[in-house]
Amino acid sequence: MDLSYSDEQKALQEGVERFVREKYVFDTRRKIAASERGWLPDNWAQFAELGWLGMSFSEDDGGLGGGALETSILMEQFGKGLVLEPFLPTVVLGGGLLAAGGSAAQKQALLAPMIEGKKQFALAWLERQSRYNLADVSLKATKEGAGWSLSGHKGVVYNAASADTIFVLARTSGGARDEKGLTLFAVDGKAKGLSRRDYPTQDSLRASELTLDKVSVGADAVVGAVDGAFPLVEGTVDRAIVALCAEAVGCMDAINAATLEYIKTRKQFGVPIGKFQVLQHRMVDCFTNAQEARSMALMAALKIDDADATVRAKAASGAKVQIGKSGKFCGQSAVQMHGGMGVTDELSVSHYFKRLTMIDLMFGNQQHHLTRYSNLAMAA
Amino acid sequence: MDLAFTPEERAFADEVRAYVRANLPADVRDKVASGKHLTRDDHMRWQQALGRKGWLVYTWPKKHGGPGFTPAQRYIFENVCAEENAPGIVPFGTKMVGPVIYTFASDELKQKHLPSIREGKMWWCQGYSEPGSGSDLASLRTRAERQGDHYVVNGSKTWNTLGHWADWIFCLVRTDPKAKPQEGISFLLIDMKTPGITVKPIVMVDGGHEVNEIFFDNVKVPVTNLVGKEGEGWTYAKFLLANERLGIAAVPQSKRGVEALKDIARAELDGGKPLIENTGFREKIADLELQVTALEYTELRVLSAMAQGDAPGAEASGLKIRGSEIQQRITELTLEAVGEYAAPYLPGLLWQGSNEAPVGPEYAHLAAPRYFNTRKTTIYGGSNEIQKGIISKMVLGL
Repeated sequence: MDLSYSDEQKALQEGVERFVREKYVFDTRRKIAASERGWLPDNWAQFAELGWLGMSFSEDDGGLGGGALETSILMEQFGKGLVLEPFLPTVVLGGGLLAAGGSAAQKQALLAPMIEGKKQFALAWLERQSRYNLADVSLKATKEGAGWSLSGHKGVVYNAASADTIFVLARTSGGARDEKGLTLFAVDGKAKGLSRRDYPTQDSLRASELTLDKVSVGADAVVGAVDGAFPLVEGTVDRAIVALCAEAVGCMDAINAATLEYIKTRKQFGVPIGKFQVLQHRMVDCFTNAQEARSMALMAALKIDDADATVRAKAASGAKVQIGKSGKFCGQSAVQMHGGMGVTDELSVSHYFKRLTMIDLMFGNQQHHLTRYSNLAMAA
Repeated sequence: MDLAFTPEERAFADEVRAYVRANLPADVRDKVASGKHLTRDDHMRWQQALGRKGWLVYTWPKKHGGPGFTPAQRYIFENVCAEENAPGIVPFGTKMVGPVIYTFASDELKQKHLPSIREGKMWWCQGYSEPGSGSDLASLRTRAERQGDHYVVNGSKTWNTLGHWADWIFCLVRTDPKAKPQEGISFLLIDMKTPGITVKPIVMVDGGHEVNEIFFDNVKVPVTNLVGKEGEGWTYAKFLLANERLGIAAVPQSKRGVEALKDIARAELDGGKPLIENTGFREKIADLELQVTALEYTELRVLSAMAQGDAPGAEASGLKIRGSEIQQRITELTLEAVGEYAAPYLPGLLWQGSNEAPVGPEYAHLAAPRYFNTRKTTIYGGSNEIQKGIISKMVLGL
C-alpha cells in the first residue's frame, strides 16, 4: 500500500497550486465573479494548454490517461482558490458522461473539442420536485420522426449560459420516479425552443432555469441507451461527488488556515484570542474535521473506479456525508471565530463558508447520502 | 404557580390582537409574513402605531410612561405581535438607551428624549464596538475630550446596526485615558446630524447592508448630552447589555420560524411525497420545536423571577446562548428543506424589492441568505463564548 502521489501527480499539484496562487488572489476572484460570464476564457485556455481538461480521460478518448485522483488533485486546489471556471459541469459531468456513455461520433464531435478548450457543457437533471432523486424526472421526450421532441423544465443548471451542449435527462417511458425509462440527450445550447433564465448563485457561480418547448433533436443526440440513462447519470454524478469532495477539502484547508492566522493575530483582553482555550479546542476540532474529510475524499477517489457498483456508490455517498459534516463545522466555526468580520463580504472566510454550504446541497446533502449509504451498506 | 392565563390575561390577549389587526399596515404585515426586508418607513409606521397606544415601550414601568405590563402581559404581547406578523420592535431606543436614560440621565435628557422614544419618532442606534474592541469592549478608544461646555469626539465605531437610518446614536467614549479601562468610559448621546460624523456601510455575507462603521472627526457634543456621571459609562453599559440579552432570546420569532419551517416541509417534495413525511427530517423539526419549548419555559421562569423584583442577571445570558443557537438551527433546517433551489442568488429581489419573480417558491431564495446572515446571532450582543464566560464566573463561580 502506498498513499503518496507519484511524481507526475506531484507536478500536477504544484502546477495547479501555482495557478491558484498567481491567478486567484481574492480580489481577482471578486472581479471574475462580477464579469459577464462569471469566469475567464483566458484561464480556460490555460487549463487546456496545461492538459488539465483532458487529464482524467483515457488516451483513446484524446486524454492524458489519468483518473479520479488527478481530478481530485485539480479540484482540491480549485477549492483553495474558490476557482470559478466551470470545470465540474464541463469536464467532470459533461466530459464524464461522454467518456462513459458517448458513441465514437459523439466523442469526436464533443469530447475532443472540450479537451482542447473549445466546448463548454452543462448537465440538466434537476427539476423543481426532484430534490436529490436523480430519477425524479418528468421532462418528456417523445418520438418525432427519426428523432425526438423534448418539452419540460429543468432547474439550477450550472454553466448553462456558457454551455455549447447541455445534457438533458428526459423521461422517455415509465412512471414519475422510475429509474428505467430515462434517456440522456445532447442538446445544443442555442437550440430552438430552449429558453433560459440565468442568475448568479449564492457562491458566485452561474446557473439557469431552462424551459424546453418542443426542442427537436436527432436520433444521434441520444447519449447511451434509450430508456437506460440512469446508471450512466448516477455513475457520472457519483464521480462528480468525489470531485466536489476534493474541492471541499481545499475549501476547508483554506478556511482553517485563515482562521488560524486570525486567532493568532487578533488581540482582545491584551492577548491573541487564540490563547483562549475555548477557541483552541474549536480550532483543533476544525483541523480534525478537515483531516477526516481529506481521508474520506481520498478513499472515495480510490474506490470510484471499483468494479462493484455498490462499492462505488458507497464510496461517493460516504465521502459526501463526511464533507457535509466537516464542511459545516469548519465553515460555521471559522465565521464564529472571526466574530463580526466573519459575516462580512469583505473577507474571504464568508465566501468559503458559502461555497462549503452549497457543496453540501449539491447532488444530495449529508442526510440524503447518509440514507443512501445506510441502504447500500445494510442491505442483506 | 399556575400555567393557565387568568380571564383578565385572556382578555388582554384579545385586546392586543384586535389592536394589532386594526393598526398594523397590511403591506408591512405581508412583508414580514413572507420574510421580506423592511424599509425605515415600514418600521416607523408600525412603531408609531404602537406608540399611539403607549405599547411601543412595553417593557417600561408606568412611572416612566410605559404600560407597566406584568411578565405575563409582556409574554402575551410579544407572542401575539409575532403571531400577527408584526415587525420586531427596533430595540435601540425602546429597550436599550431608553431604560438607561430613565434610570441614570438628567431630567433635561429625560424630558428631551423619553417622549420621542415612547412615540417612536426618533431612530436610535448604538455606538459600542470598535474595530479593535469587540469582545473586549472595555478596551474601547473613541476619545471624548472636554473643551469648555463641549466634548470633542474622535474615533470610530463598528457593527453599528441601521445607523444610516438613525437620528441619534448612544456611544461609549473614553473621557479619561489615564484611568483604568472600565473607569475612563462615559455614556454620550450624539445627534447624527452633527458635523464630522461619517457613516460607511459594511456589506454583509448575504450581500445586504444593515451594519456600518461610523467615524467621528472632531465631533462637538454638548456636555449636557452626557448620561449620568463622567466615568460611569461602563456601569450603564452593563445595565444595557443585561437588558439586551433578555430580548435577544427571540422566543416568539423562533416559534413563528418553526411553524414557517413546517409549512415549507409540507410544500417541498421528497420522492413524490411531502418532505415532512420523511422521518429523519420531521424528527429534526420535532427536536427543534422541543428546544424552543425549553427556551420558552426558561424565559418564563426568568420573567417570573423579575416580577418578584429580581434584576435580569446571569440567567439571561443562558437565554441569549440558546436563543441564538435556535435561531441558527431554524435557518439551517429551512435551507435543508429547500435543497438545491437555495442556490439562486437574486439580490434585486432580496434587497431592492424588485418585482422579478423568484426562482422556485418565494421562500427558497431567502433560505440561504438567512442562514448565512443568522450566523451573526451567536456573535453580536456579546459572543456566546463571552456569555459562557459570564455564566461560568457569575453563576458557577469558576
